[in-house]
Parts: sequence; C-alpha cells; structure tokens
Amino acid sequence: MASSTIKSAYLRGLRDGAPFLLVAIPFATLFGVVATEAGLSILETFSFSLLAVAGAAQFAAIQQMVDNAPTIIVLATALAVNLRMAMYSAALAPYLGPAPLWQRALASFFLFDQNYALAVSEFEKKPEMPTNQKVAYFLGAASLISPFWFGMTLVGALVGNAIPDAFALDFALPITFLSLIGPAIRTPAHMIAVIVSVSAALGFAFLPLNLGLLIAAVLAMMAGAQTELWLERRGKWN
Amino acid sequence: MELSTFEIWTNIVLIGIGTFFIRFSFVGIIGDRDIPDWILRHLRYTPVAVLPGLVAPLILWPAATQGEPDPSRLLAALVAFAVGYFSKNVLASIASGIITLLVMIYFLA
Repeated sequence: MASSTIKSAYLRGLRDGAPFLLVAIPFATLFGVVATEAGLSILETFSFSLLAVAGAAQFAAIQQMVDNAPTIIVLATALAVNLRMAMYSAALAPYLGPAPLWQRALASFFLFDQNYALAVSEFEKKPEMPTNQKVAYFLGAASLISPFWFGMTLVGALVGNAIPDAFALDFALPITFLSLIGPAIRTPAHMIAVIVSVSAALGFAFLPLNLGLLIAAVLAMMAGAQTELWLERRGKWN
Repeated sequence: MELSTFEIWTNIVLIGIGTFFIRFSFVGIIGDRDIPDWILRHLRYTPVAVLPGLVAPLILWPAATQGEPDPSRLLAALVAFAVGYFSKNVLASIASGIITLLVMIYFLA
C-alpha cells in the first residue's frame, strides 16, 4: 500500500514534469553547440551539464570563459545566476526537511526552476501528503528532464563540431540569454533591474576581468529590491 | 578561449560544487527557517540582474564583427527580446531571433 502510493506520487511528478521537455531538449542541445563552439571538448561540455544541471548559469560561465576570465570571476558569475536557488531551497525546506539526509541531498542536486515551481504548488495544495510521497513527487518531476538535459547536451556537442561558421553560431549564446530575460520580466521592478544591469554593465565595461558585470549585477539587484519596496509603499505591489 | 584544460575543469567542478551547496543550503543544512525579507527581495532579482548585463556587450560589440556594431545582430536581438517579453515563451524567442539573424545575413551578404 505505502509503496504503491509512493509510486503513484512519483508517476504524477513524472507526468507533471513532462511538458518541460519541450524547452529542455532544444536548450540542452544549444548548450552543447555553444560550449563546443567556445572551445570546450565534448567530454568537458557533457560533464558541465552533468555536474551543474543549471541552464542559464552554464551559458553565463561559457561566456566568461570565452573572455578568458579568471576562475574566481567565472565562478562568481555562474553562482550569482544560481543564487535564486537558495530561495527555492528555503521554500522547499518545510516540506522536504523531515526526509532522510541522502534523499534531501539527491533532491537538492536535482533542484531547478521547473520542478521547484511544480512541487511548491503541489505541496501547498496537498500539505497532508506524507514526506516520502513529497520526495517521490519532486524526484518524479526531475527524472524526465534530467536525462534529456544530459543526453541532449552530448548530442549538441557532437553536432556543434560539425556546423560550419556561416550559420552565425556566435550569436546563439546572446539570443539564448535574451530568450530568458524577456519572460522573466514580470513586474516593473524586474524591468528596472534589467535597465540598471544593462546600463551599469556597459558603463563599467572598461574595468578588467569582467568585474563590471559583477558590479552591475549587485546594483541591479538593489535597484529591483528598492523598486519593489517603493511600489509596496504606494500600494502598487501585488 | 585561451584557458588551459586544467582551468576549464576547475571552473566546471567548482561551479558544480558551489551550485549544489546553494541548492542544499536550506533543504539540507539550515533547515526550515525563514529568510529575512530583505534578502528574499534581492534574491528575486538575481537572474534579471546578471543576464542582461552579460548579454548587452555581446549584442552591441559582437566578437564576430571584431566588436563593430552590426545591424543584423542588433535587429535579431531586438526581435528575440520583444517576442520573449510579450509572449513569455522562451522557444518562440530563440526561434524568432535566429530566423531574423539568418534572414538579415542572407539579404545583406
């Protein structure tokens, strides 16, 4: 009985996570292409997806590596993009907290935007769900996307090596970033953050080691947060 | 890219480890405790704070044209951004940007 309900929770997660394949498949392929174009070997490209399992941060790291940035800058940029996941981790802690450590570690490894969003809305709807079923649902939602993320990165890496330069692949990376920015602008505060980020990054572009980007990121985060506060005070937030 | 194989692997492994610990932070270490509002308020903007700053110089000064602004790439970027913003659809945004760029290159070349 218990195992069958765990299994059904897992399968429900699997089904709910399936639509995200539509984005993950082309995105992973594109990463494989972009990373090998940038100069990573097929093994390095594949390992990157395997170890990081993080779309936007991987693209950001590749761009910094193309600019020959030192490790500390590459790391700071990629982890800055991933900082939002601390927020996801905090949101899931009340639900997954009681699970054994190895399950929490496994769930953490496979925590990304999509299954976070699915799991939080599922757990809010069904708080009475036992912890083991919650873990099963969460891992179910991750287990279709992940193999495709890994596999299609490899396909992209193999394909990337074969595409001629005439196809303007240099621009696949900027377009990928742009495609993530547009949909992420949900409020005026996000828009302000985007504007500050762009202006400061261009303004500080003269700084060495791509430090301008990190300054721009901090300023933009503060601008977003302050805009949110300001809108809140005027009663225009949510 | 002029990084050595060692530097590339260092980057990959450290990003993997760092990302894991960000994900594991509350679920595995800190536990069920509230993050102060002011921190949450900043974390909400991390993607829109980093990615636009990263992409802006790539669009204005593309390496493929030795840093000279290029009308084809500017237009493709504008289309990709606008489609993403209005449709909220990542794939539609990528596709529209790539198609715009290829069409522009075809007609201008």
